[in-house]
Amino acid sequence: MFVSFFDVIYLTSLFFILLSVSQERTMAVGDLSSSSSSSSSQELHVLAVDDNFVDRKVIERLLRISACKVTTVESGTRALQYLGLDGDNGSSALKDLKVNLIVTDYSMPGLTGYELLKKIKESSAFREIPVVIMSSENIQPRIEQCMTEGAEDFLLKPVKLADVKRLTELIMRSGEPQEEDKAKHSYPNRILQNNTDSSSSSHDYVSSVDDDTPSSKRMKLES
Amino acid sequence: MDTLVAQLQRQFRDYTISLYHQGFLDDQFTELKKLQDECSPDFVAEVVSLFFEDCEKLIGNMARALDQTGNVDFSLVGSSVHQLKGSSSSVGAKRVKGLCVTFKECCDSQNFEGCVRCLQQVDIEYKSLKAKLQDLFNLEQQIVQAGGRIPQVDI
Repeated sequence: MFVSFFDVIYLTSLFFILLSVSQERTMAVGDLSSSSSSSSSQELHVLAVDDNFVDRKVIERLLRISACKVTTVESGTRALQYLGLDGDNGSSALKDLKVNLIVTDYSMPGLTGYELLKKIKESSAFREIPVVIMSSENIQPRIEQCMTEGAEDFLLKPVKLADVKRLTELIMRSGEPQEEDKAKHSYPNRILQNNTDSSSSSHDYVSSVDDDTPSSKRMKLES
Repeated sequence: MDTLVAQLQRQFRDYTISLYHQGFLDDQFTELKKLQDECSPDFVAEVVSLFFEDCEKLIGNMARALDQTGNVDFSLVGSSVHQLKGSSSSVGAKRVKGLCVTFKECCDSQNFEGCVRCLQQVDIEYKSLKAKLQDLFNLEQQIVQAGGRIPQVDI
């Protein structure tokens, strides 16, 4: 069958139009779920873990408004499954997008936030991911336990927008060349700002943690 | 003479302030409003709606647990109270949260009568808040329908 030059032009343009339309559709579908195959290097992907439905909705919104992609799960076990750490021959096909930050509630049935933190820090694949613990209870030994285990920060619930913005900015900045400026990385800072009862013992805690923290514990953002 | 919009806006402002002053809401509710924008204009309404559903479910669980006369699982009641305390705190439902603190103490001390009393109070309180917030959201709708903007209320 003889095909004219104009037929070729027409068919080629049609091909490219269809190609771009299908690409747009793929991206739109990807955006409906929490993960997408194309990620902007500027946006953090945060895994938020909380057994409370209302809290999940709020933390998701707090993070989205702070320009993060968010995946929420209802338990520590689910979080491990998502990361592929549940011993189920970790399929990385489960997540299409690398996790840059994990925010988890402390008190959860099954695996607590602390136990989740430990599992993540024990894993060679995920120990560099910063983990932030949230709790409604301001219990000093609990906070110390989490920070010693390598938590990036400890936020008191109810979490506020200012807390999340500070946190995400810090994580984004830590992707840049390391600064040995401990004043900037005073991670228990948020406890003091959240806690209306800022006693002097909290201040002492801040300075002692800063002095003791080895720089190897600084969380690096992997792009 | 005031326009309809101005009247509605004043009503909205006064009502909002009264809810805070009477202790129904605290500044966490204000925080939730910060999360609302043109892209998510109903965020607060959605979250409080989820909260009230949660209340209903948890209160149901607690009632069933307390109904097991002679065999009440106080830790079960306690964990439901903990959940309720958490979500009420997250939405700024101040009175509900306050009741949960007392309720938790009753669970911890296995005070059956105390628990029953607290359960009744929590039930009344969440329903009361639900009605008041519904009135508030209705006012918002009326303002918008009358062509006005919902005023920012500084507490």
